[in-house]
Amino acid sequence: MDRRKIEEGLFKALMIASTLIILSSLVLILTTVIVKGVPAMNLAMITQTPKGGFYLGKEGGILNAIVGSLYLATGATFLAILISLPVVLYLNVYAKKSSRIITFTRFSLDVLWGVPSIVYGAFGFTIMLFFGLRGSLLGGIIAVALLVLPIMTRAMDEVIRMVPKELLEASYSLGATRLETALKVVVRQALPGILTAVLIAFGRGIGDAASVIFTAGFSDFIPYSLLRPAATLPLAIFFQLGTPFPEVQDRAYASALILTVIILIISIASRILTRRFTRHVVK
Amino acid sequence: MDKRLLKDVLAERFMLLLTIFAGLIVFVMAIGLYQRSRPILAIKSLSELLFSTSWHPLRKEFGFLPFIMGSLWVTGVAVIIAIPLCLLTAIFLSEYAPRYVREWTKPLIDLLAGIPSVVYGVWGVLVIIPLIKDYIAPFFGTFSSGYSVLAGGIVLAIMVFPIIIHVSLEVFRTVPYEIREASLSLGATKWQTIKHVVIRKAMPGIIAAIVLGVSRAFGETMAVLMVAGNVAKVPSSVLEPAYPLPALIANNYGEMLSVPLYDSALLLACLILLLVVLFFNVIARVVLIRVERSIK
Repeated sequence: MDRRKIEEGLFKALMIASTLIILSSLVLILTTVIVKGVPAMNLAMITQTPKGGFYLGKEGGILNAIVGSLYLATGATFLAILISLPVVLYLNVYAKKSSRIITFTRFSLDVLWGVPSIVYGAFGFTIMLFFGLRGSLLGGIIAVALLVLPIMTRAMDEVIRMVPKELLEASYSLGATRLETALKVVVRQALPGILTAVLIAFGRGIGDAASVIFTAGFSDFIPYSLLRPAATLPLAIFFQLGTPFPEVQDRAYASALILTVIILIISIASRILTRRFTRHVVK
Repeated sequence: MDKRLLKDVLAERFMLLLTIFAGLIVFVMAIGLYQRSRPILAIKSLSELLFSTSWHPLRKEFGFLPFIMGSLWVTGVAVIIAIPLCLLTAIFLSEYAPRYVREWTKPLIDLLAGIPSVVYGVWGVLVIIPLIKDYIAPFFGTFSSGYSVLAGGIVLAIMVFPIIIHVSLEVFRTVPYEIREASLSLGATKWQTIKHVVIRKAMPGIIAAIVLGVSRAFGETMAVLMVAGNVAKVPSSVLEPAYPLPALIANNYGEMLSVPLYDSALLLACLILLLVVLFFNVIARVVLIRVERSIK
């Protein structure tokens, strides 16, 4: 056999092996979380807040962290939509094509996308010090909103860019203003993509720990106001795993399972939503 | 003026303002962190902070070297593991794999990107730590608690798989089909074409993909905090513990306000992290924009 063919076969085998290694790392992570998490799961975990001595192995659950995380991720996602949707509409509807501001904003957001979440946390913390805030739900929301902003904006930007220019021109020729075109034509056309972007951002927000460690505080109670500290799932996992008690560590595995399931649901939901809403899109 | 037009113009102003705000966040962050780290920069020279190994906050000694080296070690190991695996996978998916394999693999890799870092950390503690403690360290005839540079590197490598693969795939897609066909028509095998034509053409983009992976690994916090061991000493082997910069910041948030200058030192660490990551990201993005332009 030709030496060239042998070399090709060898590399092809290596490639398939690497692909399998990478995919099996995903399978390994998911099975580990399930195998360790399921036995430690019980109803109290998701229906109760921690009772006294929870972190010593006494009764209770992590409802505070589940609800805290949902509040926090919802608030942050909402805040991020309020900023990123106008930005994306400006870039794609209002700004003149090839204007400096488009290139600059896209570049700046791409760079921002790479900033580690701990830096967002620390920056959020400096903002809070500036306004005299303490670790609270609001602080966490601000830090996580900043963290997901570039992810959401760039994801929306990618889909809104794909909206055919003819559609905009048709709308203008009927006498619509740019604002009306943006809200009633562009947003509707790109809705599936926008929803996917929102869900991606939500998933990222709910799973991030480093940005809330400075900003959201931690509490055994469900926060009832924006200015109360809020527990979050990732931090609950981290703290539980850090205790020396095996029964509390087991709870960390159960909590990790809950978080992973939430992430999986979000990821599947975004796929289904995309498919369902694409029906209304003008092709 | 017409009410509709007025609304339109007001909306434009408002959106422009938000766009400028979004574009400037990076700078605001850098300035904010710089402001907070000024107290420590006022009494210590930057080189002393960066190259001293003595970390005793109570004695006002803040040497970042162990942490910087910890970050470099962990990131280095991650990159060494990730580069070959990711590039081989990306080449396979873009050049060899049948369509259905590609369509099944991509969502799974996206899923890998979606797993929260704390879950990676839990997994590392459950699987990688015992593996290193019970098998890898004894195999080399040494002892390790498992919490080590290697553990951090392995977990980080898996975390950067998605980004390196994703960007490389985009880059391979920009290589025009005509040049592949030209090479094949000259009698080159598919692998020769990939080796001499596709990879060479895609090289800048591949490097950008790796740089993005490096910067992601450099700033990753929670997973590393959980598996790297956190001992403030410059590691001398991959089986020793390390204390990367992000882990230092995350670990000490509680006490930093009670020790003078401590918060300033930690926010300086954040600023260093931000500047390093910005540097990497700007380079990678500039290269990727060039690559994208070259196909138009």
